[in-house]
Amino acid sequence: MYGNDFPADDTSGGLLGEVEAAETALREAAERGRRGAAGVNPAAYFAEVIAADQKVEPRDWMPEAYRATLIRQIAQHAHSEIIGMQPEGNWITRAPSLRRKAILLAKVQDEAGHGLYLYAAAETLGVSRDELVDLLLAGRQKYSSIFNYPTLSWADMGTIGWLVDGAAIVNQVPLCRCSYGPYARAMIRICKEESFHQRQGYEILHTLAHGTPAQREMAQDSVNRWWYPSLAMFGPPDTDSTHSAQSMDWKIKRFSNDELRQRFVDMCVGQAEVLGLALPDPALCWNEERGAYDFTQPDYGELMQVIKGAGPCNRQRMEHRRRAHREGAWVRAAAAAYAAKQANQKEQANQKEKAA
Amino acid sequence: MSTHSEPTGQSGGAPPAPLWEVFVRARRGLAHTHVGSLHAADAELALRNARDLYTRRQEGVSIWVLPTAAITASSPDEKDAFFDPAADKVYRHPTFYEVPEGAAHL
Repeated sequence: MYGNDFPADDTSGGLLGEVEAAETALREAAERGRRGAAGVNPAAYFAEVIAADQKVEPRDWMPEAYRATLIRQIAQHAHSEIIGMQPEGNWITRAPSLRRKAILLAKVQDEAGHGLYLYAAAETLGVSRDELVDLLLAGRQKYSSIFNYPTLSWADMGTIGWLVDGAAIVNQVPLCRCSYGPYARAMIRICKEESFHQRQGYEILHTLAHGTPAQREMAQDSVNRWWYPSLAMFGPPDTDSTHSAQSMDWKIKRFSNDELRQRFVDMCVGQAEVLGLALPDPALCWNEERGAYDFTQPDYGELMQVIKGAGPCNRQRMEHRRRAHREGAWVRAAAAAYAAKQANQKEQANQKEKAA
Repeated sequence: MSTHSEPTGQSGGAPPAPLWEVFVRARRGLAHTHVGSLHAADAELALRNARDLYTRRQEGVSIWVLPTAAITASSPDEKDAFFDPAADKVYRHPTFYEVPEGAAHL
């Protein structure tokens, strides 16, 4: 259901099955190994490694554009995880039960963790995390446009898990096979954890959709608001996507934006039926010929506006992030001062011992 | 990247916290395996951060952290020359030897 370069198993285990398949493929590629080294022609060696579905590793030679593309993509991905804590953080204190609250806390903590895995993967490319954080705070690097939409009701916690994390998973599962080793390995770890995110969201929506009429209405309203922004998460249509072709050649990206969007729609239709909620698209209908659903495209004009900073919450998200960073400065300073003091005391103790 | 003064909230060009490599022993009986890296001011914080970052789902029973700067690595450019001495010593593998028929427990 998710992939077409390896057999799909049943839909319930589909996602994790694919992540595991990617992990197995990674091990198999490593087993096949490659004798020889970059030698006199590193560019040819790099091309061979990519062609053989092997992984490029941090200290290997790589084209500067490959390095720059990866840094941009991984950083943007990391920033998205970090900013992505805010829409859900908004509801932690108002979760309807202790169970839901504990789950939401764990999920937001996972997102912080995912951001850190990804910054670490980016750092293997020779950029520092502080540099990347600086670029985010200065507004010079982007994060996913979806996090610029507000979370107006508790049902949004469900919809974010189901649709937003669902779309993220469809995007990210193929990244488990990315040609850059550290990124692929980080993505395998992330996707395994994302599966919990999606299911907890689906559970919230299912509960609301089978609750009181008011709860049902809240769930439907939430799906209505998040559907198109979720479709827009896959980026501009293939005809307008600037980075796609080269990234496909380098096996950073495995499927086009439109292919992934279609896969997501086809997946959601059945899931919405089980929820008993409607997807807000009157044009949604099965196309026998294509073997896929026809659907209304999201408003790409709106997507561009949100990316440029004119979304409903862009300013709020950035202000919050800057404030959190500023207010955490004393913690970082204190940790550094303590570490310096401890090192100093150790040094003095060592010298005393020598003198004695 | 420090050409812009505001509004990054950076604390006056404080040096970044050192990088640590994290190794986790998944279960008793297995070796510690490299799982990733993180920034922390000192070893104690690195250990605590590693617990929060890499073992949120009972992935391990023991964690090692060590400063990335303390690692000396072989260079991929010299891979051939560096590992060459091993390549022509196939007699180090048991499969190199022919076992005569009938010889058991070898």
